[in-house]
Amino acid sequence: MEYLRSILFLAFAIGGIGLFVRNLLRIRRNILLGKKSNRSDQPSVRLKLMARIAIGQGKMMAKPVAGFFHIIVYLGFLIVNVELIEIFIDGIFGTHRYLGHIIPTQLYNFVTATLDFLAVSVMISVSVFFIRRNITKVPRLNSRDLIGWPKIDGNLILIIEFVMMFALLSMNSADINLQLLDHRETLGYFPISHLILGNAFSGLSVHSLIIIEKSSWWFHYLGILFFMNYLYFSKHLHILFAFPNTYFSNLNKKGQLNSLEAITKEVRSMMDPNIDPYAATPEGTIPEKFGASDATDLSWIQLLNAYTCTECGRCTSNCPANLTGKKLSPRKIMMSVRDRIEDIGKNINKNGIFIEDGKQLLGDYITSEELWACTTCNACVESCPVLIDPLSIIIDLRRYLVMEQSAAPQELNMMMANMENNSAPWQFSQSDRANWIHE
Amino acid sequence: MAEYAAEGKSPEVLFWVGCSGSFDERAKKITKAFASLLQKARIDFAILGQEEGCTGDPAKRAGNEFLFQMQAIMNIEVLNSYEIKKIVTACPHCFNTLKNEYPQLGGEYEVLHHAQFLQNLLYEGRLKVEGGNFKGKKIVFHDPCYLGRANDQYEAPRQVLSALEADLIEMKRCRQNGLCCGAGGAQMFKEPEKGIKDINIERTEEALDKSPNIIATGCPFCNTMLTDGIKVKEKSLQVFVKDLAELLNEAIN
Repeated sequence: MEYLRSILFLAFAIGGIGLFVRNLLRIRRNILLGKKSNRSDQPSVRLKLMARIAIGQGKMMAKPVAGFFHIIVYLGFLIVNVELIEIFIDGIFGTHRYLGHIIPTQLYNFVTATLDFLAVSVMISVSVFFIRRNITKVPRLNSRDLIGWPKIDGNLILIIEFVMMFALLSMNSADINLQLLDHRETLGYFPISHLILGNAFSGLSVHSLIIIEKSSWWFHYLGILFFMNYLYFSKHLHILFAFPNTYFSNLNKKGQLNSLEAITKEVRSMMDPNIDPYAATPEGTIPEKFGASDATDLSWIQLLNAYTCTECGRCTSNCPANLTGKKLSPRKIMMSVRDRIEDIGKNINKNGIFIEDGKQLLGDYITSEELWACTTCNACVESCPVLIDPLSIIIDLRRYLVMEQSAAPQELNMMMANMENNSAPWQFSQSDRANWIHE
Repeated sequence: MAEYAAEGKSPEVLFWVGCSGSFDERAKKITKAFASLLQKARIDFAILGQEEGCTGDPAKRAGNEFLFQMQAIMNIEVLNSYEIKKIVTACPHCFNTLKNEYPQLGGEYEVLHHAQFLQNLLYEGRLKVEGGNFKGKKIVFHDPCYLGRANDQYEAPRQVLSALEADLIEMKRCRQNGLCCGAGGAQMFKEPEKGIKDINIERTEEALDKSPNIIATGCPFCNTMLTDGIKVKEKSLQVFVKDLAELLNEAIN
């Protein structure tokens, strides 16, 4: 019997983790469909940034209510992962609370009590989140960007987390009662479980208690495996990707847009009087596309950003264009990029290579109206708790519109023509530049 | 600058006037106020005059990297030919581009926004505020995105304004959370997309909520947007939109 249970446990573990790894590798492949970009400089600065922002939740408290409860859920999540070690040992070897036997009682009691407390705190926190999403309807969590799956996803995560924590509580409560019945040795300290479910379970027989305890344990274990594999389909992927995403984030000043080297080369050769204007381009060189029209024209960092996006909407709720009713939503930009790269990934999974599907990011997922509404003010970049940069994507898409398609709004074309002719965005002569001195 | 070069001299600092500061009627007043402050502080400065061209900021942000780099490389050639080391400008867009985007194209200079430059002059005592023209006046400062979020400069303009001994108040959205005036990213040169409101109106309303006497800015574009906003709100006679250089210049005789 014991053997059978261990084998079953391992089979689930291998299946669950295997599927998870396969999905992660697919995401990795999708992200690497993006263009190369080097963000391996200054590792110590990057590590510190990741420690502060991702591990230390450095930007979460900008919104105090969401921030506070998020930190509790985050702590709960971290500590539950410690619990996972014990779950694996017990699962494989058929032991009961193995760590309780090998580490000092006081320490074990401390860990179990902390976990017990956090389990309830997490249940309260996710309930608050559920209320904010569905009852008080915080605007940024109920905007039109989230209609459909994103809304269901948000609620599902909260429900799953609640149920998982409940399973922990009921397991602990059953254990306490078994201990009180002298059925097993005293291991661990569960003050909160005792208080909440302990009494409800107190009249039950040893047999029923063992069933409750074992089934809760299995439920929790299978729940973890399920949740792990649910991540792939969910905004909850941020619990993994927040770390690399902050590590590889932009370290330059926010006002500095990247420079396109291919263009520098071209501009320099245009301005070089010694260059042979009739020189043929070397054969086999494909002219580089300026800007981005599809997700694969973006850099892998921008695609990583898209997978990391938690859809919290802090960017959109600070976007001046969005605040004044324009179509632009930085969150939707990130969601559209993920949708598109996912569609490309599915296409590759099905066909082996990408087969043209008649769609692209620009136009089919993101409209130019959204792009032209951006004031490049960096409010979205500033407000993102995981250092996503929606602005860089908007600029790359604008670059394609302007340099490949000449599809800028008419007024901007006039502005650019003025700049070409007079070196100013307005129609004034360059020779009048210093007139103010004499006025 | 050409005259300086002809005499074989080099100025302490180059004042980059910018397109707005050169041509826009309202912004020219900011240019003159800042030039007057430089004179009052006995700073030896020069301008490029006809040799200055747009930094290319609106082109780059509109997506025309090609045009941006043409502008940038032409400007860099001029600046480098005069061996310019230090630049000051009253436009955060010029400031950002010169400081952050020119180095990649071979233009490395020490670039200061006029708020930083004026803060230093006040600190060193080269400029002194006397008289307290602004005592009791309520001033609310609007953070320009390209000075604030883009370059983390929040204190310099506030330091300059606090020298006026006025009552400096903050809007609900200020510093990192400041709201854009609506002109950045080349929006200045086009009509906004359809929405329920223009951004400059939203920002003006927010400033007016604090019932200030003066809305202070540090950017010619913000100045234009907020001045328009005040006009729409019919407050032009009660509330004035002024650049921090203008205010400081008024406070120093």
